[in-house]
Amino acid sequence: MDANEIKELEEVQAEVQENKFDRVENSTDNLKQKIGFNLLRGATWIILAIVLIIISHIVRQGIGVISWEFITEPPRSGMTEGGIWPAIMGTVFVTILTAVFSVPVGVFAAIYLNEYAKQGKITRLIRMAIRNLAGVPSVVYGLFGVALFVQRTGFRASILSAGLTLGLLTLPVTITASEEALKAVPNSYRHASLALGVSKWHSIHTNVLPYAIPGILTGAILGLSRAAGETAPILFTGAAFSLPRLPNSLSSQFMALPYHLYIMSTQHHNLGAVRPIAYGTALVLISLILIMNFGAIFIRSKFRGKFKE
Amino acid sequence: MAKRVLARKDKLTKYKEKAIEIFFFINGIMAVLILIGIFSLLVTEGLPAFEEVSIVEFFTSNQWNPTSGRQARYGIVGLIVSTLSVTVGSLLFAVPIGIAAAAYLAEVAGPKEREILKPIIEILASIPSVVLGFIGIVFVGPWIARIFGLTQGLNVINGSILLGIMALPTIVSISEDAIMAVPEEYKHASLALGTNRWHTLIHITLPAALSGITAAVMLGMGRAIGETMAVLMATGNAPRMPKNIFSSIRTMTATIAIELGEVPFNTTHYHTLFAIGSVLFVMTFMVNLVSDIVLHKYGEGEE
Repeated sequence: MDANEIKELEEVQAEVQENKFDRVENSTDNLKQKIGFNLLRGATWIILAIVLIIISHIVRQGIGVISWEFITEPPRSGMTEGGIWPAIMGTVFVTILTAVFSVPVGVFAAIYLNEYAKQGKITRLIRMAIRNLAGVPSVVYGLFGVALFVQRTGFRASILSAGLTLGLLTLPVTITASEEALKAVPNSYRHASLALGVSKWHSIHTNVLPYAIPGILTGAILGLSRAAGETAPILFTGAAFSLPRLPNSLSSQFMALPYHLYIMSTQHHNLGAVRPIAYGTALVLISLILIMNFGAIFIRSKFRGKFKE
Repeated sequence: MAKRVLARKDKLTKYKEKAIEIFFFINGIMAVLILIGIFSLLVTEGLPAFEEVSIVEFFTSNQWNPTSGRQARYGIVGLIVSTLSVTVGSLLFAVPIGIAAAAYLAEVAGPKEREILKPIIEILASIPSVVLGFIGIVFVGPWIARIFGLTQGLNVINGSILLGIMALPTIVSISEDAIMAVPEEYKHASLALGTNRWHTLIHITLPAALSGITAAVMLGMGRAIGETMAVLMATGNAPRMPKNIFSSIRTMTATIAIELGEVPFNTTHYHTLFAIGSVLFVMTFMVNLVSDIVLHKYGEGEE
């Protein structure tokens, strides 16, 4: 919106009103506007307050728990002592697997949608499917993972099944983000290389993809940060209650931060005693996710608007 | 001779290009296949449940007690009502606050203010639901118990508050886009008639953005219906019909999440959980489809 234009209009309006119209009504109108705008501001502040309360509560209660031992040791004495090292690494590993499954397919799908497909019925159907996939509840992905990966393909409950399930869950985000990144590359880049007589694929992978990589990376990290915090899809596809060791193969089960937090806050036999561990786990989890988010935002801002037509 | 070699090479490139295109097409169509795959697998795994459970009982009884020693009961009405009660509860506060905040960001806040506010609201979207569920247990629950004088605060209100918090970022960002998309001319025409900005916002801009705002609310609702961990942890885990807003409940999603870990594969109970999953899928699919149609009515198959 152009604020200057509106200001000008308001000045004109004020003049008109001064000359001809009822001043009393004018002032009640302005009062209404003042109250109204303040109500809107209040609503916005409520949201800010919610964010602040959640984050500060977890930081305040969790920061005292964080220590070198908490980060680097496995749980001890029935998970009432020790650290969360296997849960941290489990989450890191499963997130890497998720990336392996979802980023390539996501990028390839985006290349099809933006570079090859004629815009029409098929692309509309695909885009609709992508948006609907994004709205499928995460627990339904969990059910699907159990039926397909754990049962039918025989991968059992393993980090592989969990990674595949989370890969499906993040796919809509990776496709959408990659497509936006490809769209941001100016057409002149494509034309320049095509005019030299190279093939379409050659043009895409030398003159389009390299420029879209920061955008793809941003979107992928955002999608993965969501996957890292998901619990429902991994509940039955591979997350383990407690394992002292790290997963050593694709068929191992694994501990994960979100699942660990769930157990520590609802399932443990002595909830009161492990509350500090739960706070510490929550703090580590949101720190990990916020770091991923800030990383993505940093990449985006660094490469934004780099293209010249 | 050289010409023929060149021609053959040309043909080879053409095949290669075609193969590459087909490869990308397969990846492109994947989203459609996965969506169909999810639904058909849910249904195939869900249908065997009705060999033993009457489909009428499933959809009309409010008794959910699959592990009862005497007679197992598989009625999902209580679970559906539980889901709907927290969903409606969440929208009751998330919709007014979300739309108001969207209007503020789009029409009142300056560009600098917006640049600070928007990332903070985005942080809310990135908080995992298990963390919000934890907040429901350690923070919101005790707070509700104290205010209303209850023994514990894991109930419909708690779930509604958490779901509302989760729906807020969706509602704010999509409503804001809708409000921003209202053509400047509309606003100028109104302002030129001597109305002020508040009047223009209420009588011109918001009504013009109504379809987009509706879609935003639907998307928020879809998220609330499908949310699992937060409601599982914060609503008391009681699979029965909610009596009032202080009742402990258990939603469809929470039931799946809790019981899927305990059931042996390929039992009736196991299949009923997939049947619940199918119902859940259909519900969220409908809600998302409607919002999708509303949002993309005027786009020519374009984002």
